[in-house]
Order: sequence, then structure tokens, then C-alpha cells
Amino acid sequence: MGEFKVHRVRFFDYMPSAIRSMAFNSHTERLAVARADGAVEIFNFADNYFQEKVIAGRDGRSIEAYGGPIWTISGNSEGTLLAAGCEDGTVKMFEVLEDRIQFQRNLSRQKGRIISLSWHPSGAQIAAGMMDMIRIFDSETGHATHRLLVDRGVGASKSREVVVWSVAFLNDHTIISGDSAGKVQIWDGLTGTLIRTHLVTKWDVLVLAVSQDESSVIAGTSEGTIVQFQFISSTVGQQDKLWVRTRTFKNHSHDVRALVHTDSAVISGGMDTQLVVRPLLDKVEKNTQESALRKIAFPHRNLVSCAKKAGLLLFQFPDHLELWRLGESDRNGTPGESLPVNRKPEKLIQLKTKGEDHICCSALSPCGSWLSYATVAAVRLYRLQISSNNISIQKVSKLPRELKSVHQLCFSSDSCRLFASSSFSSVVVVALNQTDCKYLHTLKHKSGSRQPIHILSPSEDGQWLATANTDCEIHVFNLRKMKLHCSVPAYSSCPTAVSIHPTTGNLVSVHADQQIFEFSLKQKEYSEWSRQLQRQGLHPLWLQRDTPVTSISFNPNNPAHIMLHDVFMFCIIDQSLPLPEAKTKFYNQMILRSLPQPQRLRESHAFKTCKNFQHLLSVNLLEDLSLVVVERPLVDIVAQLPAPVRQKKFAT
Amino acid sequence: MVEQAEIRVVHQGGSNITFREPAISSDSRFLLCASGHSVKVFSTVTEECVQELRGHTDLVTGVLIRPSNHLQAYSCSADGTVRLWDFTDGILIKTYLIGYPICSIYASASHDGVVFIATPTKGHKTLDSLQLLAVHLPQTAGQLVETSDLSAVLSDVSANPATVAFGRAGEYVASTNGVQLQIFFFKKQKSFRFSLKENSCSGRSNTFTCVACHPTDDCVATGHEDGKIRLWRNFDQKREYTYRTLHWHHGAVRALRFTPEGSNLLSGGVESVLVQWQYQQESQQDFLPRLGAAITHIAVSPDGALFCTSHSDNKITVIQSCVKVSSIIQGLVKGEAVQTDLMVDPRSKALVLNGKPGHLQFYSLHRDRLLFNLDVVQQEFIHQEGLDQFQVVMATLDGAGAWLATVEERKQETVEAELNLKLWAFDEPSQSFILNTTVSTPHEARITAVTFDPAARGQTSLLVSCGQDGLFKAWRLAAPGHPDDGGPSWSCDFVSAYHGLAPQRCCFSADGSLLAVSFQEVVTVWSPASWELLLTLSQPPGNIRDLCFGRLSCSKFLLGTTNCNQLCCWNLLTCSLEWSTSMEVSLLLADPLSDNMAAFCHQDGNTDLFVFKPSEPRPLFSQKAVCSGRVSRAVFAPREVALESCEESSRWLNRSQLYFLTPLMDLLTFSTRAEEERLMAASKQLVVDDSVAMTPFQLLLGKRPPHHQAVGPPAKLPAPPGGSAAVRELLQSPAHVLPAAAALCSAFMEALLGVATETREKKTSAGETPSDTEEEEEEDSDEEMETRATRSEEAPLETDSAGPVLSRAQVRELRRVRKLDHSWFSSLLDS
Repeated sequence: MGEFKVHRVRFFDYMPSAIRSMAFNSHTERLAVARADGAVEIFNFADNYFQEKVIAGRDGRSIEAYGGPIWTISGNSEGTLLAAGCEDGTVKMFEVLEDRIQFQRNLSRQKGRIISLSWHPSGAQIAAGMMDMIRIFDSETGHATHRLLVDRGVGASKSREVVVWSVAFLNDHTIISGDSAGKVQIWDGLTGTLIRTHLVTKWDVLVLAVSQDESSVIAGTSEGTIVQFQFISSTVGQQDKLWVRTRTFKNHSHDVRALVHTDSAVISGGMDTQLVVRPLLDKVEKNTQESALRKIAFPHRNLVSCAKKAGLLLFQFPDHLELWRLGESDRNGTPGESLPVNRKPEKLIQLKTKGEDHICCSALSPCGSWLSYATVAAVRLYRLQISSNNISIQKVSKLPRELKSVHQLCFSSDSCRLFASSSFSSVVVVALNQTDCKYLHTLKHKSGSRQPIHILSPSEDGQWLATANTDCEIHVFNLRKMKLHCSVPAYSSCPTAVSIHPTTGNLVSVHADQQIFEFSLKQKEYSEWSRQLQRQGLHPLWLQRDTPVTSISFNPNNPAHIMLHDVFMFCIIDQSLPLPEAKTKFYNQMILRSLPQPQRLRESHAFKTCKNFQHLLSVNLLEDLSLVVVERPLVDIVAQLPAPVRQKKFAT
Repeated sequence: MVEQAEIRVVHQGGSNITFREPAISSDSRFLLCASGHSVKVFSTVTEECVQELRGHTDLVTGVLIRPSNHLQAYSCSADGTVRLWDFTDGILIKTYLIGYPICSIYASASHDGVVFIATPTKGHKTLDSLQLLAVHLPQTAGQLVETSDLSAVLSDVSANPATVAFGRAGEYVASTNGVQLQIFFFKKQKSFRFSLKENSCSGRSNTFTCVACHPTDDCVATGHEDGKIRLWRNFDQKREYTYRTLHWHHGAVRALRFTPEGSNLLSGGVESVLVQWQYQQESQQDFLPRLGAAITHIAVSPDGALFCTSHSDNKITVIQSCVKVSSIIQGLVKGEAVQTDLMVDPRSKALVLNGKPGHLQFYSLHRDRLLFNLDVVQQEFIHQEGLDQFQVVMATLDGAGAWLATVEERKQETVEAELNLKLWAFDEPSQSFILNTTVSTPHEARITAVTFDPAARGQTSLLVSCGQDGLFKAWRLAAPGHPDDGGPSWSCDFVSAYHGLAPQRCCFSADGSLLAVSFQEVVTVWSPASWELLLTLSQPPGNIRDLCFGRLSCSKFLLGTTNCNQLCCWNLLTCSLEWSTSMEVSLLLADPLSDNMAAFCHQDGNTDLFVFKPSEPRPLFSQKAVCSGRVSRAVFAPREVALESCEESSRWLNRSQLYFLTPLMDLLTFSTRAEEERLMAASKQLVVDDSVAMTPFQLLLGKRPPHHQAVGPPAKLPAPPGGSAAVRELLQSPAHVLPAAAALCSAFMEALLGVATETREKKTSAGETPSDTEEEEEEDSDEEMETRATRSEEAPLETDSAGPVLSRAQVRELRRVRKLDHSWFSSLLDS
């Protein structure tokens, strides 16, 4: 496998922000997750839960609809109308048009804020959760037809208003509410009477979600539990069904703020920033990958850029960038030994963004002299001059007009080109020299895809540029001729990492479903190794991993080595060794080393995995062949979260 | 072989009443418990045992109120029979022969004439895999009924009877085994299986321990090893089943039961807390804590007002409406092991042994109930695993029951064992033992034996203790140095050792003139009066295990057993070995009331019993395979009434009874055939209730209609008196055509009174001698009052045959007495 000097970096204080709200489109199987910092992430559940897009947030982003802050929005089932609940007690109706929303009218104004809204599936009525009560509006006339009073909590909380955090209006006119007194209540929406009260928690019930067929409701609480209620007939074979509390899931340590109930799974997110997909075992086949619990805690893209020649790291935060110089050690040691550090790692620059927009992408040139980042509105390029004790940063003031609405930024390996992916899957090429930058060309292809490019990968020799977009297309451009060289045959799963081999000129791509392809740019066909891999198939353990490979790099000393990593492992694929059989054991290096020599030889195969490093955000090979490993242990993230609600634990 | 059949090993007294779930009668007045080979009927109010249903010849494994008749009960036993009882009167109604050993019995109201039994699967000897059979009980007459209509319902049933439950109106049966729940629907003949993972996320076992079904909803509650309760619903679907998890217990859930209306779920476990969950509102629980010991079964009365919890310490607690413990039925407390010897308290004739932790229990075998617990350790017992606490390891009573010596010990891994020797004096006013002297660390190492000097009755003043520190000490009751110090107390009088060997056993001769102490291979005999070493006996190889002086005619013999399978008998007069034999004797003990000795021999995994006289070469009695395993505790308990058996082999049981504890902590005893016949006769007498001997008292009672007929079957109801047309009209015409009751009342009353007036008229008109008329009158009224028709036929017969022959004067006197109105007396008896 080879031995490396490893820079184990743990000073990237990446902190994801809390999940606030989620929406699921069951036709496209895509989930939108809104975070507290205003970012929206799109996950494709059909493609192994891959995070396709991230729409960067913005400080203080808020919509006001002439009635103070909006507490809730809810669309009707046809998607033609949008209702917004405001602080001043109005429910405002908006018409959803092709490219915008237009204010239509107000429903009759109430005293007290509107906290939650739910449309009846027919669209004729709207239930609104307020303080101490639920109102039912007729959506045609705009008048409130019913007022359902919600009990306050007992004891000391008697004097506090109860907040109806969430309501759900079912097709049979049942209204289900979750409130701050910890109750889930079931109401008859026709008569406005309370049918049942389930006391679920001592704290708040924050969110409710209903399954498509309305046979199951889940409620998320401040304790981090999710409680399921099912519409079950009390005796077998009879029709009188009632809502019965059934299962309890506990996958969160903090408030569950957002819930989605799909046909086969419960998707939850909250203050602890993780997205949890909990399959309902009665709805999925058991013992498949589908039935496994999945926690998504880290982004599926790189937030770290590494200047391979200069030994610098650029960390991307939502509102600032940090540039670090790696530490140095002149000692050598045995494997596993930690070396003393001569020079400590040092934070050179912290660059705050101008304006309120958050950073959507950033890049650092391999030589370490250029730095660039983009927000939704603008692109900024800086020139860095770093000597041993003198650091200067200079903004390049005049940038070409073509650099706008950039999704991804990348420098060529000789640092004299900047590539920026722009709208319609085009790539803008900008030439850099000492003083200024000049627009060269826009690389386009003819597939007509409107999806943004999320991967840019130039080759080492500067001849090729590979791009991948979320339509699962991979295009390779010839940079000498500035035109499309070829397109890799489309594969159904989105590429998560693409890279071009420096010597053989093969393009290696890894996809969200964990498949690996190698495509020869010269022959414009899949390489022999790739075909063999497809024939034999990948090892089941490889396919069962639940985080995507986020970067591919190559070892200049050994051209047969491909280095990949995901969040939980680092892997070197040795193309010269035989591929593992599906039935054999898939040892990692630690176990393999403990085996006796003859067995070790017998068991060795092309996939050499190393699990010494966990929660990997980035792995880079520097020019001096030392490895930079950026880790962000989950415990550190958890430690930075606010304290959860206090719970009595048994035997404490 | 005739002798072998003469004496049988039986459960008699002190048997486990919490072996199976108790059954509560429908009026909540009686509690039926399986207890050894019989079923005991306790009153829930007075805690007394009101009936004992005897008849089974093996362990009773289940009791159940018959669903179709709440005055009858089924019981099943390992002897392969199901018996139907009238439990109020203790009458065996029917015996159904099944032919296989039965582990448990179930019934449901909707399956009429069917009971469900769990029996071992054919071919499987072990009790791991049982099958549930439906047995159609044939409706034939006769006491003994063969059943042939067996059909298998479920296989793979667990041996724990709590793992089978019948659901709503008997539609389905739920059974769990291991980590699998199986539900079988009778109508569809379809079963569903649901399994859990072996271990939960926290690494604790998910194994099912018990199951209960909701009476009206389709909801099955299961208890688990890790303390969770799951409420299963939608279990008629292969995949869309669902369950809710409740978690309060930290140990395994041992019992679950829904209340009859289904409004509450009761659960219990090691915590000894009864938890009541509100159905559909499970976040609200009520607790009844501090029930004393782990809950093993819960039973609920049909009206839901009374709960019974069985506990692991052989106790049944009766709880009223989940708030108040109303009574406690305590059996012989059985712990993991009995560390003290079995003893008999000479005053109360009670069996004395370890009871609750740190206590000695006094259990009356004759009355089969616990008399009291003596708190020896006097420290709080903490229910927690792995905690070393003081335990009573040894106790001994003196001959008169005036003094009790106890040794308590706390073993710790790091430090040496902590020891206390306590001496208790019997206090007459309080009728209990009062702590007199506490000696902390009486020996440096563990105490191996303690014994009182039996010498002068009631005036015991000598106690000998042996320790592993190589010393034996004599303790003497001495008056205090200062008169202010209170009463006399015990102090060490004499310490001795023998060649640094550790003493193992010590034993006084019956008259207290000799003390034998065994030091490994050597037996030393001392004179307690002068503390002089009289002689040493030795029979190598092997250390002495038990030591016993002969009694009465054999008091010149000293018997000892060694751990090299030797039973030796020394003659103390000649100081030589009289005889020895090679057998592995695990326990040797002497009958205090005779010169017999009993030796329990452990051989091939079984224990054999030999009863012998030291002076005679042939054993009086021997029985092979008394029980499996090694018997290490036994006692001769004196009988209250001596038997008069003339059979040679059973004569040794005439004056005292031999009780022993099996390794499984069952208290067994030997009973003779005569004794059993007497017991059976006593229970049969109840069947023929009418056969009361013809005595004057009986005649008094006979004057009013026997009230027991009123509760009999309706066919025997007395016909309306006098055949009066008015009465007949009233009773036979339909209610809706009758005039108002007020209008009828006077006519009806008159019709009733008419009989009496008629007789009175007859009496006056006849004008004969009073005595004769009376006789006639008596006969007349007998004819008219058909209520007594049957009796009047029988009664003269009895007077002729069985009744005492009376002189004429006596007869006249008797008649005079009969004429007197004794209704006040009968009304007294009634009330």
C-alpha cells in the first residue's frame, strides 16, 4: 500500500447548522432540507441519498409579507396556492405562478400569531395552529369556522400559553395537533371536538408529519424522540379504527424540528444537524441496504482546498474562509508513530465575506498564490504572497463580466488558469498572470442540460478538463483546442468524484451508488480494468457503504494506485492486484496486518482500505508525498451544540 | 417390595404455593393455588387454608376456574390427569386421564368443553419444547373418564406457563418462545410468527418472558428479559404489524395481566413493585411498591377488584383495587439455599430454618403456615446483585427451646469473613426470642459447628462452637459481675485445640456427659464437666463428615461418617470400632425420640435412605432413589399424635416424621399408607355430607329443612307445600297474566298457613294420647312437607340400624325435646 507521512489535521472547525424544515417530493424522490443559516440542500433519495445541490444561505434572510415575520407556510395539494401564517394573526394567500408568487388575499384576521398551517386535501379548509387554540378557516370565504381550544399544561406551566407548533388536516376531516405542552391531540374537524389526547413528552411536540395514505402520523419532540401513531382497528377485521401510539424512535439528541414521512421511511432532522433516514421495517424488505438506518452528518462535497506545492489549506465556512499553513516535522518514524512537530500549523488569513451572501464555493491554486471564492451574487479573486514571515493579500479588482452565477471554481495545476462553472453547464476559462486576469473562452457542450456543474477536474498536464453535472453527465474538454473532446457514456447515478490520471490519461469516476469507472480518453472507451470490474462486480461491503467518495487522487510514484476516500475510510485501489471476490472477506489494512504472512498474501486484493481516520473531510497528497488528512470528529461537533433539554436518566 | 409401597415420599406441608399462577374464584372469596401434590383453597379475607383438594399423585402444575361453571375448578398435574373439583366443598367430581405429563392448563370461555394443556412433545425428553394440545373433555358420566380427542394447536411452546395467553373471546392464542411471538387464529386456522433480534441496541436480551392478551381489543402485551413491555397490534398482518414499547422495569418482566375490562395492564418483576399502566394512556402509571420479593405471577379476580401477586419467597399478596395490600398468604420461605440446619423448635413444634435474608423462620408443619420470622441480622437488606450482606449461616436450639444460638457471616472477597455469634433467650411474655448476647468474631475463621449441651432440661448453660482456626470454644451462661448489668449473659469458658487440626463437627451425647469433637480424621471425646480429653478414635483414611451419638438403648455407640465413604460405629465402652460399612453418606442424623438413625446416601446422582439401629446389623428401612441430587438437610420432627403402625418397616415413623430438603429446595417427607388412607378418608367424608350419625343433636337439627339442599341443583328444589291450588296457580301461570302482587299476597300467605292450621285441627279432633298423636302428626307433616320426604325415609332406617338403642323412657324424653320449639337454635346456627 505504501507508507506516507501524514498531516492529521483537526483544526477545521466545520460546524453544520441546524435543520429547520424539510420537504419531500415523492415523484422525483428528492428531499429539500432547509438549515438555520438559510442554506437549502437537495438530496436525491433515488440515487443513494446523494446531496445533489446546495443553495447557499444568506445572513438575515427573511421574507416579510406585510404582516411581520412569517411563522409558517403551507401549499395546497395542487400546488396552486400558498398560505403564509404571520405574526400579526393574518393568513395570507399567495398564488403560485410559473416564476413567482403573487399575493392574492388575506383570510380573516385573528388575535395572536399563526404558528402552523395545514390545508385539507380538498383545499376547501385550512387549519391554523395558534396560541392556545386551533382555528379552522374556510378557504373560499376566508372566514374562521371553528375554534378548537387547546388545554394548557398542568402545574407550573398552567400560566403559560400553549403553542400549537404543528397541525395536520387529514382527508377524513380529522385534525391532529402537536403543542408545547407535549400533547398530540386528535380532533374531529367537522364538529370541532376533541377525540383523544396522547401525552407524548414533558417538553414540546414540535412537528408532525403524515404518511401519504394517512394511516400513520409521526411527531417530533424536543427530547429528540419521534413518536409514531397509527390508524389501527382495535379488533381484527373490523372497521372502527382509532389512532394508537405505537413506535418510538430516538435518533436525535436535540430537538426534532423537521419530519418527513415517506412511504417507507421516517426522515428527521433537527438541532443536532444530522439528517436521519429511519426505514420502517414493515414497509421495506428486511436485510437489504434499504433497511439500514442512515445518518447524514457531513456534506457530500469538498469544503477544503489544498495547495499541493505550497502546503496550504483553505477551509470554507459559510461566511468566511481560513487559510492555514501545515506544520512541519523533519523526523522520520515507524508506522503508527506520531512525530514531534517542529513548526506548528498556523492560521495565516481569515477572510470575511462582504455582504450578506454566504460562500457557495472556493478554491486555492496549487502554488498557493491565488485564492478565489464565489457567492450567489459575485466572484472574488485574491492574490496571495506568502513568505516565511510576511503575508499579503490583494484583491484582483477587475474580473471579467462572464464570471457570474458560479457554482464551482477550480485552478489549473500550473495555476495560470481559473475555471468557473457557470449556468447551462458551461465552464468559463480565465487566464491569470501576475497582475491581471483575462477572459479566455467559455467551454460548452451540446447536451442542453440546465443542471449546474458540481465537479471540475483539470488534468495534471493541463490538457484536459473533466466536468460533471447533476444530470449525471461527464464531459471532457480539450484545453489546448478549447473544445469538447468527448462525453463519457451516461450512467444512471450521479458522479461524486472525477479525476484524470496524470500519466495514462484515463478518467476515473466514482458514482453515488459506489460504482467505479475508468474511461480512456485516448480510445474514448472504458478501459479493460473498468470492464473487468464491471464483469466481476464490486464487493458487497464496498457497495454497502453509506457515504459517497468525495475525491480521487493518484500517486505519482506508482501509477497503478488510485486513492479515494469517503467520510469513514481512506482507500487505495491497486490496479495491478486481483479484484476481491464477492464471497471473500474484505479485510481492512489493520486486520490484514495482524494475519500471518501466507494468509496475508492470499487475502490481499486491489482494495486496500484504511479506517484509522474517521470523519474525513478531505485527503490530499502533497508534492513531497506526504498525506494531508482533514478530520472533523463528530464528537467535536456534538460538543459545540447547545445543551439538550434536561431528561431524567435512570440510575443517575 | 411390599415395604417399598408402604411408605411413599410426598410433599406434605411447606410446599411451594407460588409454583403456578393462583386462580381467584368469581366471588373473590377464595384463592386456589397449586401446592405440591394438592390444590389449596385459601380464603382471601382470613388467609386461612379452607380446603385442600387431594387426589393428584404428582406435582400439580396448574389450577383454573372452569369458565362454564364458576363453582368448579380444573387442575392438572404431572401425573397425566386433569381433575375437576367442586372447590367450595372439596369434592373431586371427575378425573380425566390424558396419559401424558401436563405442564400447564389453559381454558377460554368461548371454547366450551375444551381445555388446552401443554405437554412435552413426543420424542423430546427435555422440557424445552412443549406442544399445546386442545383436549375435548367427554360429557360422560362416571368419575374416571378417558379422553381420546386430543388435537395439537401449537408446537414449540415454552415451558414457562406465562408465555401462553388466549386473546379476545378465545379468537386467538398467543405464545412466545425465545425471541419469537406466535399468534394462532382459531377461525382462520392461521398462525403468524414475529421475531425480534436476539439483543437490543443496548446489548440486553430481547427474550420474551410473558404474554397477556387484552380482553376486548386485539392487543397483545409481551414482557421481555430487558424489562421492556411491548404492546403488539395489527398482528393479523405478516409485515404491517406494529408495536409500542413501554419501559419501566429494570429487570426482567415476570408477569403481565390485563384487568378484566381491559382498562389497565399490570406488570411485575424483580423490583417487587406492581406497576399498573393505563391502557391507551400508558404514560400514566400507578405503582404499588415494597411488596417484599420479586413478583412471579399476577392474578386478577373476574370483577377486577382484587389482584393477587405471587412472589419468589413463596408468598401470595392479596391486593385490593391496586392500592392496599389486604392480606398476605405466606408459605415456607425458600431462598437459593438453606444454610442453617433444619431444626424443630421444641415449644412450637415448628420447623426452624433460614427464611427471608437475615431472618430465621418458624414454620408450623402441622398447620402448614408460617408462624413468625425472627430478624437475626437486624440490618436492612438491600436488593442488589453482587452485594455481600450478612447471612445467617448457622442456628441451633437447645433441648427445651429456651435458648437459640445463631451465627451470621458476611463473606467478602478481600477481607476475612465477618462473624457474629448471637444468643437469644426465649421470652415468655412476648413469646419470642430476645437477643441476650452478641459475640463478634467468636472465632478467627469460619465457624464449622455450634451445639448446645442437651443436659439438664431447661437449664442449658453450655454452648460449644468449633472454628476453622483450629479451636473449639465452650461458652457458658454466667451471672453478671455487677448486679446493675442486667440478666445473665454468655461468655467464653474454655478454649481447646487438638494438634492444630481444625475441628469439623461436635456432638453431645444424649445425657450431656460426653462431647465428641472431630478433628479431620480424629474423633476426640471430652468430658464437659472437667474438660478432660477422655479418648481419641480414628479410622483413617478420610475426614469425619458427620458425627452422631446413639440414643436410648444405643447410647453407647458413636457414629461417624467420613468423606471416604465410610460409616463407622464405635463402641464407647470398649473404645473400639464396633462395625463399619462402605457407603457414601451425605447426611447422618438421629431421631431424638427413638434409637433410630437415618443415613442419606448419595449414589449415582440419586439419594438413598437407610434407617437403622446402631445395634442391629440390618437396616429397619431402606429406599432407593428418594430424590435426585444430594440431600444435605433433613430433620426428624416429632408427631403430635403418635401413629400406631404395626408394620415393621413403617414403625420407625410412628413417633416422628422425617423431613428432608431436596437440592431444588422442595421439602419432602415420608408418609405411610395408613396415614394417607386416613387423609383420603377425611376428604371423602365431605362428599357424603348427609351421613351424619343419628344423635340427639342431629335430631335437633333435623327439625328444620336442611339448608344445604337449597344450594343444591334446582331439580331437588322442594315442591310447593300442600299442593295448594292457589300456590300452584301463582307459580305456574305466566307473570304477565297475573294480577298485582299486592292482591295475590294475602291469598298466597293463607295458602301457606293453611297447612299448619289443618294439622292443628287434626291434632285437636283426634283426641288420643299426646304421644301417639305426635307421632302421627309427625308422619303426616312429613308426607305433606315433601321437602323432607327423602330424609324421613332415611332417618328411621338409621335409627333402626345405626342409632343407639333407646329405652322407652328415653324415647319419650326425646320426643318431648323434639316437640319444643328449637327454631331459635337453628337460626343461631344459621347466622
